[in-house]
This record gives sequence, C-alpha cells and structure tokens, in this order.
Amino acid sequence: MANPLRAEVFRLYKNLLHLGREYPKGGDYFRDRLRASFLKNKGVADPQQIRELIGRGEYVCRELEALYYLRKYRAMKKRYYEE
Amino acid sequence: MSGRVLVGVKRVIDYAVKIRVKPDNTGVVTDGVKHSMNPFCEIAVEEAVKLKEKKFIKEVVAVSCGPQQAQETIRTALAMGADRGIHVEVTGKDYEAMGPLQVSKIMAALAKKEDAQLIILGKQAIDDDCNQTGQMTAALLDWPQGTFASEVSLEGDKVKVVREIDGGLETIRINTPAVLTADLRLNTPRYATLPNIMKAKKKKIAKVNPADLGLDMTSRLEVVRVDEPPQRLAGVKVETVEDLVSKLREQGTL
Repeated sequence: MANPLRAEVFRLYKNLLHLGREYPKGGDYFRDRLRASFLKNKGVADPQQIRELIGRGEYVCRELEALYYLRKYRAMKKRYYEE
Repeated sequence: MSGRVLVGVKRVIDYAVKIRVKPDNTGVVTDGVKHSMNPFCEIAVEEAVKLKEKKFIKEVVAVSCGPQQAQETIRTALAMGADRGIHVEVTGKDYEAMGPLQVSKIMAALAKKEDAQLIILGKQAIDDDCNQTGQMTAALLDWPQGTFASEVSLEGDKVKVVREIDGGLETIRINTPAVLTADLRLNTPRYATLPNIMKAKKKKIAKVNPADLGLDMTSRLEVVRVDEPPQRLAGVKVETVEDLVSKLREQGTL
C-alpha cells in the first residue's frame, strides 16, 4: 500500500538533496535539516497524509529553484547593468 | 533549413565564488575552485530549448571548448534540454591562450560542418568579459548577427530580434542563418534537476580536436599581468559642513 509512495518519497529526498547542495547557508546545513524533517515524519502511514507531505516537499523544490535563479539574476544585474 | 541550432557554453568560475589572484600575478586561482556554466550561456541554452519546444527548430547541439571538465558543462546543457553535445578538446597552453578569436573559429567551422541554422551564444563570459565571440563568429561566417537579444522570434526564414541597447530597445529583422547573443532578460533558464541530469546521461557527447577542423589555435595576445582591483579606501565621516569643506580643500578637490 505504501510501496509506490515509498519510491516517490525516495525520489523527492534525492531531488531535495541535489538541490540543497547550492544552498546559501551551506549544503551541510540544508542536508541536516532535510534529514531531520524526513525522519520526523518517518511514522506516517496514511497515504493521503504522505501525499500531502510530498506536495510540501515539491513546493520546497520549486522555492529553491526560484531562490537560486533570483540570486543569480540579481548578481548579474548588479554587475553588468548600471541602474 | 536544417533546423539545427548550435549553442556555445563556457565553463567559468562560479559567479558566487570570491576570485583570488595567483601570488605570481599571472592569472586567477582556478584549482579546486567551483566552476559552472556561464550565466549568459545558460540563457542561450534555454532560448534554444524553448525554440525546439515551440517546434521552430529540430535539434539543439551544445558545444564547449576546453579540457575534459568542459564535458560537465555540456552535461548541464543536455540536462536543460539540448539533444547532443560536441566537446572540442583544448588543453594546456592552448587552453590558457584560448580566447574569443579561437572559439569563434571553432564555432564557425562547426556551424559549417553541422549545417547550423542558428548559433546562439551568451553575450559575454563572466570571467573575461570579452563580449566578442558572437560578433567574431558572425564575421567569420559572413552571417547576420542579433546581439544583446532580449527577445527572439523566428518568422519563416528570418529572425526578429529585440536588442537591448543604451538608448532602450532596437528591433531588427535578419536573415538566417544567423548568430544571436543572449542578454540577461531574454528568458529564465530552467534548473538542471536530478531527474533531467539522469535522463541526459543517455545523450551523446562527441569529442573533436581543433586540428581535425583544420584550425590554428595560436593566440595573438599575451597576458602580461593580472592584478586585483584597487582596494576601496575607507570613507571618512565628518561632523560639520566646515569640516567637509576643509577636508575637500586638503585633498585638493576644492
């Protein structure tokens, strides 16, 4: 019952781990918090709840991508374009 | 038209890294320093992939010149949606001396070999800030160029390019084949996520030598010295206007 979701959860974890490497406060900082938050929800069995948590994780993925893009954009804008 | 687009991508020191000059002032410290794709090249790749997704072109080929590590940059381009890669192997002294002239010769030769319809490059690299490769490539091929592009649209066998210039925006229509260089506001590059990187491992990267293309890589430039920018002097705070005036007089500015 939880088996197909298990694969999804692992995939989410790996994606977040990969994204977190560039985190401004350090990849280690992110990885520790990522592990802690996944471990906290280790016991959840209800598939509906699991899906909800996966959704939250995917939201974080999108937020990180946006963060990285904005940082880069703002740095380039500051360096190359006179305001 | 072949529907093939060549995108040049350059491996540079990551934009967020603090640059350090080597103690002998011959260059910048690159060993052990984080490298990534030039931000303007990311925008170029994104534009090519977008054109393919909108079915204006058929194939995106990512090209990078340099040592073995250049393949990492090509892999990132493949993860962003390029179809295949070409790694032009340039190492050692040739790599240190490689500049826009050598790269544009390579791009021109590859464009002819691959029958490219468009070449899209970043407008400049954040390490050398030359802003020359696109322009030189167009000149070598005798192709029209749309540089500093902030908007690109293909209309039949022509390209409409909106360019960012000092006075504002300039819109031009040029024939294909053409060379375009990407400016900051052209698009929002997608992040190369892990699933896409995995999928890209199946895509091919061909390895080529400049000699195979019949090219001479000698540079006509010699780097004499590399220095850090002058340290900004600390500001001086003054209490009153009289103090300010007297300090300016001391300096000789007033």
